[in-house]
Amino acid sequence: MAEQAETERVEPAASCCVAVSGPDISDRVAALAAASEKAVESLPDGQQRLVLVIENLECAGCVPKIEGALRDLPGLSEGRVNLTTRRLRLVWQDETTNLEALLRPVLALGYRLAPFQVGRMEARDAEERRFLLRCLAVAGFAAGNVMLLSVSVWSGLWGDMGPATRDLLHWVSALIALPAVAYAGRPFFRSAVSALSAGRLNMDVPISLAVVLAAAMSLFETMRGGQETYFDASVTLLFFLLIGRLLDRMMRGRARSAAENLMALKVDSALVVKPCGARERRAASSLKPGDVFQVAPGEHLPADGEVLEGRAALDVSAITGESLPQTVEPRSKVHAGTMNLDGSLLVRVTASGERTLLSEVLRLVETAEQGRARYVRLADRAARIYAPAVHLLALVTFALGLGLGLTWQVALMNAIAVLIVTCPCALGLAVPAVQVAAVGRLLRAGVLVKSGDALERLAQVDHLVFDKTGTLTLGRPVLLNGGEVASSDLQCAAALAAASRHPLATALVKAAGPVPLLQAEITEVPGAGLIAAAPDGELRLGSAAHVGVEDVDLGAESLLWLKHRDGRLVCFRFHDALRPDAAAVMTALKAQGLTLEILSGDRPAVVADVARRLGIETWQAGVNPAEKSARLQALTTAGHRVAMVGDGLNDAPALAAAYASISPAQASEASQVAADLLFQGEALAPVPEALTVGRKARRLVLQNFAIAIGYNLVAVPLAMAGEITPLLAAVFMSCSSLVVTANALRAARGGKSSKKREAAAIAVPAE
Amino acid sequence: MNALIYLIPAALLLGGLGLAAFLWALRSGQFDDLEGAKYRILQDDEDSEKR
Repeated sequence: MAEQAETERVEPAASCCVAVSGPDISDRVAALAAASEKAVESLPDGQQRLVLVIENLECAGCVPKIEGALRDLPGLSEGRVNLTTRRLRLVWQDETTNLEALLRPVLALGYRLAPFQVGRMEARDAEERRFLLRCLAVAGFAAGNVMLLSVSVWSGLWGDMGPATRDLLHWVSALIALPAVAYAGRPFFRSAVSALSAGRLNMDVPISLAVVLAAAMSLFETMRGGQETYFDASVTLLFFLLIGRLLDRMMRGRARSAAENLMALKVDSALVVKPCGARERRAASSLKPGDVFQVAPGEHLPADGEVLEGRAALDVSAITGESLPQTVEPRSKVHAGTMNLDGSLLVRVTASGERTLLSEVLRLVETAEQGRARYVRLADRAARIYAPAVHLLALVTFALGLGLGLTWQVALMNAIAVLIVTCPCALGLAVPAVQVAAVGRLLRAGVLVKSGDALERLAQVDHLVFDKTGTLTLGRPVLLNGGEVASSDLQCAAALAAASRHPLATALVKAAGPVPLLQAEITEVPGAGLIAAAPDGELRLGSAAHVGVEDVDLGAESLLWLKHRDGRLVCFRFHDALRPDAAAVMTALKAQGLTLEILSGDRPAVVADVARRLGIETWQAGVNPAEKSARLQALTTAGHRVAMVGDGLNDAPALAAAYASISPAQASEASQVAADLLFQGEALAPVPEALTVGRKARRLVLQNFAIAIGYNLVAVPLAMAGEITPLLAAVFMSCSSLVVTANALRAARGGKSSKKREAAAIAVPAE
Repeated sequence: MNALIYLIPAALLLGGLGLAAFLWALRSGQFDDLEGAKYRILQDDEDSEKR
């Protein structure tokens, strides 16, 4: 059991509800409190509020745990977890409370927190959603009650209802419907007015016209004591369309909030060493050239700089795509975003802000993204044809009516009937419904979709470009010759390796399973290896130079040597393993008729090996970020619709330049911003799944357009001939809305196999 | 038909009550965490006494 505990300490499971009580969390509490200072807001009533993202909030069981830990803290007036957004909201009295005292209990439970700055965009988004919900509630109330009255009127047509009763019911309907239209129609009226004042037509123009004209005409009819009013049609229309609008807004909000959580978690702090020797935790963004900071093993570098002191191996895969760690010494140049694996480093900042490699890449991303902004969503493209066509039809109806000798009232009524029956429910309701269903299905499969049009673009892709390190491969080494090495040697090496964070050492420990504790003093020589000093001699694990043998370059493989006390040498071979299902996924993608390609910053020998094993003919190695982006633009010019799959900082410009792009969830920040979709887990299966769902969603949207057109082919001639009664209009409208929505919901079906895959992805602990 | 005189106001009143209740729930933030709400009913917390 003791051995088991030992391995668990080496690799703390990031799993749910595990209390990881670290040796001392004071440093983490202080760092978090310092980083949170900027995100604290003062409320009007004098209290302070802080919103934190909880990184490892996995299940509902965590909620009472966190809230329970916060329950009886003095000064805290609210500590509530939101499971939907995975955030914790703290509200406390300013004077009496110390922020560190509030953060400590949650950190002590083993949760990882990051401050979240509630941006202006976020606040406006929430306000907009509530406004739509209020409108929806009012429209729903009005639709229900007006329909109640309308059904009475319709049944009265065949019964014995007198004109006085009918007029009373009409007046009551008007009393409900007119304020409801004025209130709940605002989202559409606003958008229509802003479109018209910009000289454009959008979908909301015919919607607003239909709703307003129907209400106005019905009021006129009511005053005249007429038989036919459309109050029910105008409020039901609003009700259906508001549902669509709300679904659209909620989907965008959900994807955005998840993406923003990822952003907040990436915010780095730096341990700044002042000239006097004092150390201070500051936000990485506040670093200036000339500042000196210290990086402990396992930390990311917060800025570009030059090493002053120390020696360490750096994981540079996020910047260059190179899978082997790079050893740095004093005077070496280092870049923001790389990770320190073993030694402690003192680094002087040489560039910050605009001049870092990171901002260079972000500039490339920005230029590349301008191309994608030109994409027009399917619904908008349809609206461009639909809106003018509807207006033209209504006009023609009016003119024809006058030409055929009808009075202008009757002609106008026919024209309004045309506007009402052609109202674009299929576009306003069914497209968001398809997208919500598709995005929900992908979310269950571990794919996060950042925008609705990403799925539309993905559906048209015919060429896929992959990055290698971290995308096709796992981005971390795996022991190759575990079977050839004696298990006692492996155990011995693993016991030693447990003291290091170097990826090769971690891989060794993982391969060995439970290892015995080593009764010796272990020292780590940064950038070289480990030494265990025991009374009867020295045990060494590390690079060839560390154990005193000649180095050999084995291309894709990296080596670790173990030197026993008696001088016997054992060699461990590692390679960056492919994702478990990479080969199967590539075969499946090819079977779908897609062409595949690899663009990598790694060495040619390694890339060639991966390409051969996956059966991909086209590959390029040693490509820098600008070249990747250029290659994608060249492919686009050649007429391909290219999707890029990549994770590194070096992939970000290419991700932005691609027609659609996908990143693993552990990708660098820049890539996550640039990518349309993020997928979680070790498997690559979410990529073909996203492509399949994207295509299905596109097919369903087009089907819905066809249904809408079919329904209009029946309804419009009837309306033009003046044969549409309010009853017929209500039946048509509800039926078409229900049919397209039911069709849209099919996008969520058929994800059975993806659920199994998700289970498999969870079974393999993601790192 | 005289029944309509009070039946319509009664129907409107009941509907209006529902609408008011929904708007109140929306304002007090009960729709902010749709995911967590379904689990909260299963948790027996001493928290409720405090509020």
